[in-house]
Amino acid sequence: MKALMFGWEFPPHILGGLGTASYGLTKGMWECGDMDITFVIPKPFGDEEKHFAHIIGMSQVPVCWRDVSREYVQERIGNVMDPDLYFRLRDHIYADFNYMRTNDLGCIEFSGRYPDNLVEEINNYSICAGVVARTVDYDIIHSHDWLTYPAGIHAKQVSGKPLVIHVHATEFDRSRGKPNPTVFAIEKDGMNNADHIICVSNLTRDTVINNYGIDPAKVTTVHNAVTPLTPEQLNVPEHKSKDKVVTFLGRITMQKGPEYFVEAAAKVLKNNPNVRFVMAGSGDMMDKMILLAAERGIADRFHFPGFQRGSQVYEMLKASDVYVMPSVSEPFGISPLEAMQMGVPSIISKQSGCAEILTNVIKTDYWDIDAMADAINSIVTYPAMYEQLREDGLAEVNQITWDKAGQKVIDIYNKVLGRS
Amino acid sequence: MKAICFYFQIHQPFRLKRYRFFDIGNDHYYYDDFANDDIIDRVSQRSYIPAAQSLLKMIEESGGKFKCALSVTGLALEQFEMYVPEMIDLLKKLAATGCVEFLSETYAHSLSSLADPEEFIAQVEAHKAKIKELFGQTPTVIRNTELIYSDEIAPLIASMGYKGIITEGAKHILGWKSPNYVYAAASAPDVKLLLKNDKFSDDITERFSNSTWDEYPLTADKYINWIASTPAEEQIVNLFMNLAVIGDFQPRESGIFQFLEALPRFAAEKGIEFITPADAVSKLKAVAELSVPYPMSWSDEERDVSAWLGNKLQKEAFDKLYSVSERVRLCDNRLLKQDWDRLQAADHFFYMSTKTSHAFSPYDTPFEAFTNYMNVLADFIVRVEEQYPMSIDNEELSSLLTTIRNQEREIETLNKEAESMRKNIEHFNEEHLLRQKQAEAEASEEAAPAEKPEAEAKPAKAEKKAKAEKKAKAEKKAPAKKAGKSAKKGKK
Repeated sequence: MKALMFGWEFPPHILGGLGTASYGLTKGMWECGDMDITFVIPKPFGDEEKHFAHIIGMSQVPVCWRDVSREYVQERIGNVMDPDLYFRLRDHIYADFNYMRTNDLGCIEFSGRYPDNLVEEINNYSICAGVVARTVDYDIIHSHDWLTYPAGIHAKQVSGKPLVIHVHATEFDRSRGKPNPTVFAIEKDGMNNADHIICVSNLTRDTVINNYGIDPAKVTTVHNAVTPLTPEQLNVPEHKSKDKVVTFLGRITMQKGPEYFVEAAAKVLKNNPNVRFVMAGSGDMMDKMILLAAERGIADRFHFPGFQRGSQVYEMLKASDVYVMPSVSEPFGISPLEAMQMGVPSIISKQSGCAEILTNVIKTDYWDIDAMADAINSIVTYPAMYEQLREDGLAEVNQITWDKAGQKVIDIYNKVLGRS
Repeated sequence: MKAICFYFQIHQPFRLKRYRFFDIGNDHYYYDDFANDDIIDRVSQRSYIPAAQSLLKMIEESGGKFKCALSVTGLALEQFEMYVPEMIDLLKKLAATGCVEFLSETYAHSLSSLADPEEFIAQVEAHKAKIKELFGQTPTVIRNTELIYSDEIAPLIASMGYKGIITEGAKHILGWKSPNYVYAAASAPDVKLLLKNDKFSDDITERFSNSTWDEYPLTADKYINWIASTPAEEQIVNLFMNLAVIGDFQPRESGIFQFLEALPRFAAEKGIEFITPADAVSKLKAVAELSVPYPMSWSDEERDVSAWLGNKLQKEAFDKLYSVSERVRLCDNRLLKQDWDRLQAADHFFYMSTKTSHAFSPYDTPFEAFTNYMNVLADFIVRVEEQYPMSIDNEELSSLLTTIRNQEREIETLNKEAESMRKNIEHFNEEHLLRQKQAEAEASEEAAPAEKPEAEAKPAKAEKKAKAEKKAKAEKKAPAKKAGKSAKKGKK
């Protein structure tokens, strides 16, 4: 089966969980066999893994005809695209886009990030998608997250092939219930046009059904999974302190519930002074949290090391005794699974999607700081609790693999295509 | 002659309330009274009370031919007394029929037999006393918590004078053997074993209302026929189950009450008797000895103790609890001892299990169960430490306590001695006074003309006689007192 996937991020150049999930799922589907996947991203860097999917970069898709030689194309974009594909794409330009800002190859430039003119970039992505959709051969279209829904709809209109959209998050999660109308409209349009909707958790599925008014029959949950850690990631240097370390790792924003972590820390430290708390990451609530920690009189045991990149994340996890994710609303939340892979017992909020599939973690309501403090105290005080969560957590998370999620997605494709 | 031996278990733990770590040292009340009241009340209304009434009816209608055994934990009895006193009355009525035997078990439904023999014996004795007090029976057959049994436990039970033990007929122990005979304990051959017949028991407890079972619906007629068609030489079918099966696990609308009440009639038709465990143990001969090297129970497919002590959480909590058992026994604070009993209930460990479903658990996860229990236990241990300083080890403390208690006795003896001495002194004083008077009288007589010397000699003789008599009396009294003292000492 041939699938055309539209995505926004792809490892190793990722900005959030979307890239990790898209990558894992694509690879998982490829492992199930008999899948030919074309994965489209705004801007490839040339160092992406290519063996399980054909990567097409929108910044190399011509929308205006330019008379260029094969040698020139090879020289300009040979590292990210085969010149043959460029010429094939050039043969399928479907309208005159000369009014747009294009480069010497007739392509639109993309940042591949989340710039201020994001809506414009989404629109450009959709324009290029029209060319791709006319060029490559595929049975089904799969759009990852709202940024690529317009492209998916476009491809569906061009080819008449069914569209599956993958909801990794909704505007309701990001805005804590106050959605941006433009974003909401794009999401709603995508859901209306989709033949089937895949959600990363039942929590997200409920949001899609209730807040977007979508027929439950065409919404299915496929939980995310994790990619096994590499030996380099597992064997990062260890910095164990003699105090127990409790870690929060993620963007310090309203959605992640950082204030509950600070309040729980204050409760723990009142009775158990031999614990240190770390809030790693950055975000618009960071200053507020520094103030709050100072107000509670725990600043000497509460640390803000800032944004962690690359292997720092794994070093941080390795030095931790407890991982806490008190998210107020988390569509899935892959980070506790990574903590479990590193053998760190995790406490997660019941309001996160991953709580639906995890057993060997402690789940509390994000607002229940008493329960959270109690759980933290229990893990740092009772060795049996730590060991049990660590060992069983590791065993559990190793069973959550992308090939299982991939198979579910393939089953959905078959259903949509009427092949089952 | 074939016989059915019914035994029903009644137990409810004291569930703990949500107890956070910052409550440690501040709050010493651990129980969720509302939940405990609610649950025992609900189960009593749905099951215990109607089931007990059914048993009563069956006994009356069969003219005493129907017999069964009950085992009620001390914790359940405490809760009945608090929340459902009418159940105690019903149990007393059942006891008065003479057809219901009450079994011994651990007072607290504890796992003490696996950790602490001394505690196990103390609990069984406490439970025995409670049964005697409420129902006027002294049990001769025992069932350990969750039917836990091993070769190590049998001699303990034998040492307490029990004639029989009720336990599981686990397949991995029996092999080709049938549970429908009486066996003897390999490690204590005088004690007989009654083994649960899994198949027939589970027909009622597990499958009765399962409409996908190919034998559904199960009727009393069919059921008794099955039992009657077991080999003729098999003497006894042991049906052991929780009383809550009748009416709660198998709801009233499944027809379980009608099924139960119809059993005696069909049994009588087939010539099958009902027998109590004590009768079975005294009347039937053991066919073989049974060795159980590792503890078994009536729980889970494995029939072992892994439901309570299967993972690290459970083992940690269990070890921590019994690490203070000796210390608690040295204390004499009643409230502390009450909490000690309630914290020992096996249920708390069951809630921490990571392998079974948690249908009865008041917690969402085993981790929550562990955290809550450990917090409570931490507070309990603080209280135990407050009783006597932890810097003194148990042996030293025990010897100090003995010295203190002995001192009391010593003071008592010394006091008594002092008293008798005082009495002696008084006697001597009296005598001394008398002598003085005499001396005075003699002196005055000497002053008068020395006549009638014989008359003078006579009173002196009389006095000597009286003295001798008194001495003899005093001597007689003294040994009696001494004997009394030594007897008291012996008792203590």
